[in-house]
Amino acid sequence: MTSPKPPAGISKRATGIPGFDLISNGGLPSSRTTLVSGSAGSAKTVLAAQFLAAGIQTSKEPGVFVTFEETAADIRANMLGFGWNIESWERDRLWSFVDASPPADAEVVSGSYDFGGLSARIGHAVRSTGAKRVALDSVGAVFSQFADHSAVRRELYRISTLLKSYEVTALLTAERTAEYGEIARMGVEEFVVDNVIILRNNLEDEKRRRTIEILKYRGTTHQKGEFPFTIIPGEGIVVIPISALELKQKSSDMRITSGNATLDEMCGGGFFRDSIVLVSGATGTGKTLTVTEFMAGGVAKGERCLLFAFEESREQLFRNAAGWGIDFARMEREGRLKVICEYPEVAGLEDHFISMREAISRFRPNRIAVDSLSALERVSTTKGFREFVISLTSLMKHQETAGLFTSTTPTLMGGTSVTEAHISTITDSIILLRYVEMFGEMRRGVTVLKMRGSMHDKDIREFTIDGAGMHIGRPFRDVTGILVGNPVHIAPAELERLDHLFREAGGS
Amino acid sequence: MTQYRLTLYVAGPSARSDEAINNLRRLCETSLPGQYELQVIDVVQQPEAAEKARIFATPTLIKESPEPSCRIIGDLSDTARVRVGLDLQDRAEGGKDSAS
Repeated sequence: MTSPKPPAGISKRATGIPGFDLISNGGLPSSRTTLVSGSAGSAKTVLAAQFLAAGIQTSKEPGVFVTFEETAADIRANMLGFGWNIESWERDRLWSFVDASPPADAEVVSGSYDFGGLSARIGHAVRSTGAKRVALDSVGAVFSQFADHSAVRRELYRISTLLKSYEVTALLTAERTAEYGEIARMGVEEFVVDNVIILRNNLEDEKRRRTIEILKYRGTTHQKGEFPFTIIPGEGIVVIPISALELKQKSSDMRITSGNATLDEMCGGGFFRDSIVLVSGATGTGKTLTVTEFMAGGVAKGERCLLFAFEESREQLFRNAAGWGIDFARMEREGRLKVICEYPEVAGLEDHFISMREAISRFRPNRIAVDSLSALERVSTTKGFREFVISLTSLMKHQETAGLFTSTTPTLMGGTSVTEAHISTITDSIILLRYVEMFGEMRRGVTVLKMRGSMHDKDIREFTIDGAGMHIGRPFRDVTGILVGNPVHIAPAELERLDHLFREAGGS
Repeated sequence: MTQYRLTLYVAGPSARSDEAINNLRRLCETSLPGQYELQVIDVVQQPEAAEKARIFATPTLIKESPEPSCRIIGDLSDTARVRVGLDLQDRAEGGKDSAS
């Protein structure tokens, strides 16, 4: 773990929940109770159960689950989908339930009471299993079961004190009514004051976005702000720790080919080994061709290449490639190339990220292309998209993988896409592909707009596409206004005059 | 004659536990003389029994029979509530029950 060490006195227990230990700088504060507050459907119960499940799976740490709302039988059944076989853990004395869900019997209150029964049961469960972790879910049900709320608060406070004396790391869930507002209903935070985590399930532009935020960790450090997370069958909660990823990658001077010799020249000798390149252009300008050549160029050098395609089917991609003289099928057979095609709409962006990360870790590519990022943007909110791109680029940079992303501009002539506006600062190089209308004819131009850390060709060059791929030719010398989408032809005489003018000015 | 089976769960020796036991004995002697079996369980000594009966608050009195079973929570100081829980409203206090 490279995260900063917590100050002496408060140590942390790594939870084993993917990504959580990174944003919490090491896990949950040990021997303390942490409040997890969230609205209905914000995955509180999943987090509580995963806290125990991860402890069992990673280090065989026994845990006690105190359920106030759902019955133990419901939880056993509901968590099976995440691959957590609670029943078998119960047999192995690794998981123990304290079922404090409301009993079926009628209940009458007569006089004062305490939670001595619950304390005794929790104490027994902790001692008999040697539990290190306790999850209590969810405290709101206790308030609806007992009318005397001040007594409930007092008794729950006693239970949190009791847990501290057992030196268990505990997680207590509570409800909140709004995504932003008071921490929890019934003032629960008043008796579990040390640590607060908030789970949110926001609706933005008709899309659900789950986030987790550590609001406070008394006496120890954590990453600040909301981090997106997703819930995956067979795995549970996976937190995507965007800004917690460190920018520690070393920068490489090594150049790799773009797959096109002339484009390499324009870039000052090829792309950098660990750089992220954005190729932007209108539909049909040659983005997929650039991707195809980038992949083929890697394969030709013996590299492993991974292509994520979100716009075209495998058949289309392979046929396109064949049309440019590139045999994707053979490259795949030889294990040098892997093409993954998916509709952007099949999953949320967080889920796409997780599955891409899995594909990357399995295939271990030297270069990755995404065609196109704009397609992914359709299924996400602006903020979610930006976070996705940051996570993906940082993942690729960590592995020193070269990346090529494409983005589609909405207008045929010139213009920038929303995609670019969000990610241009994240990418190392930007290549523009543009239509150029000249004398009633559509021609194509390419230029290298930005090349971080290197000299590059500033010209806008014409290129053509044929059965052998992309051919980059001479610069458009007598046209201006290509990038703004309004090409104007300049008569050669005018050019000469301007040239002359500058020479005179320079000479004086 | 209906036989009452009652179990009282208390948490350790405490003023509240004693209060509940005394209140319950008094009520049973006056309203159910010779018609009840009472078992007192200390959840601190027998946490498994508390787990089995799913005891949350203490003291908790469970009327196991006659059906339907019922739970009464608290030190049983509110006798009227206890009588509702044990379904004794019809019986006169002091065991002068004419119906039986």
